[in-house]
Amino acid sequence: MKSRREFLKGAATGAVILGAESSLGLSRTLDQQTEKDKAKVVIARDPALHGPDGKLDEYRLGDLLDRAIATYTGRKRPVDAWRHIVLEGGAKDKVIGLKTNGLGGKGISTHAVLVFAIAERLQQAGVKPSNILIWDRNARDLQACGLTINTDPKQIRCFGSDVSGFEDVVENWGSSHARFSRILTRECAMVINLPILKDHSMSGVTFAMKNMYGVVERPQDLHAGGCNPGVADLNAFPVIRQKIKLTIGDAITSVYEGGPGFRPEHLWQPNALIIGEDRVSIDHIAWGILDKKRTEVGLKTLEAAGRPPLYIATAADATHALGVNDPQRIKLIEV
Amino acid sequence: MKRLNLFLVGVLVILLPATAGVSGCKKKDANPFPASGAVMGWEKTSETRTFEPKDLWQYIDGGSEQFIQAGVVSTTTSDYKYQGQIETVVDVYTMSGPDGAQTILERGQTKDAQNVSLGDEGLQYAQSVSFRKGRYLVSIVAYQSSASTPQALMALAHGVEANL
Repeated sequence: MKSRREFLKGAATGAVILGAESSLGLSRTLDQQTEKDKAKVVIARDPALHGPDGKLDEYRLGDLLDRAIATYTGRKRPVDAWRHIVLEGGAKDKVIGLKTNGLGGKGISTHAVLVFAIAERLQQAGVKPSNILIWDRNARDLQACGLTINTDPKQIRCFGSDVSGFEDVVENWGSSHARFSRILTRECAMVINLPILKDHSMSGVTFAMKNMYGVVERPQDLHAGGCNPGVADLNAFPVIRQKIKLTIGDAITSVYEGGPGFRPEHLWQPNALIIGEDRVSIDHIAWGILDKKRTEVGLKTLEAAGRPPLYIATAADATHALGVNDPQRIKLIEV
Repeated sequence: MKRLNLFLVGVLVILLPATAGVSGCKKKDANPFPASGAVMGWEKTSETRTFEPKDLWQYIDGGSEQFIQAGVVSTTTSDYKYQGQIETVVDVYTMSGPDGAQTILERGQTKDAQNVSLGDEGLQYAQSVSFRKGRYLVSIVAYQSSASTPQALMALAHGVEANL
């Protein structure tokens, strides 16, 4: 086990990649073909994900998910891929949490269809329904995603931190303090992160890392400085480092301006899923996606608009060592 | 009898301005949200929620900061549905003054906005309407869109405006 000094030294030289040195080991095991020292991110797209009536096609979404996971894991059969994810995540016969994002309200929240597709595949891989827990801040956020509250322990459960409560102990990391949801600390052995891609009025981007604001009691305490270093600090807490194993980012619908709430005049449909374990890399790529769209419609980039997502570089720095934001060290696969 | 008449006049002299004052207070605290059916086709589908500035983050997260900086005093919100189909949310921000309402309204404006006759200034998009009236800023957003959505939103907006 490396000392903290050795770990940070490795991070400073770029030799440390999330997954390679963390307790996860998921990316290294999942894909032996990953180029050395590169963080892998898969973007899977389907331009026909929404039908002519504008409705999301759940069958096509299932296919998209299977394609994305197969590409990421190198395992063609979904059941094999998901069994591997569960085993390598240390969640065999344990509770797997699916952390959604319903803060933006109806219209710009994690799609229930995606959540159900993941839950279905987990069950096909042998996970009992009672070991799947869909969660978010509260009931309202879950309902915004199109989900129904269910606390029956024999079924797939779906409830928020308003039910579980938060730990009494305040934990500290850097300048940040937090009380964590008991769903994260006591229920889940592993969490699959399901953020939705949005512009954010303060942080610039809200996606993989900022979705963790929904796991603490007072996220408003982490918004200063454009959510920097709040986002990075939060993701550096041990419980998040250890339990958030995989991100399946919902870029089916997104808002490119005026976020994080629902702004129909700034809504667009990238029709994509963005998958990876390195949340820093994912957010860096998400930033590029948002900026590209903004430029296309005649808006300033986030940096020119005075809202660059500074937290991404902070998360990648030697102190936080949460992942990679250098495009030369990210292996982006688009399918 | 004369004393009684004088007494009654005195009471009236006191009560009438007080009543007007009370009426004035009622108008200030008037509920901006039209009841179900008050605007044709529109049904109020949720209770009204109120957020003080310190709690506004619970509703709109980081979006709350710009409202706080612009001087929001209180935020109230309610859900509506048009003809049983178009789900909509109405947000009413009470600012400390008209300048704050103007700041927020104009900050969110895009080139697609159409000016509409609502309050002191109104903007309409395909699925939303926003306007300011005095120190109030109103945002009405529909989650679905149809050919009748813009007209329906304007009708609801007028219904809210009439209560401000």
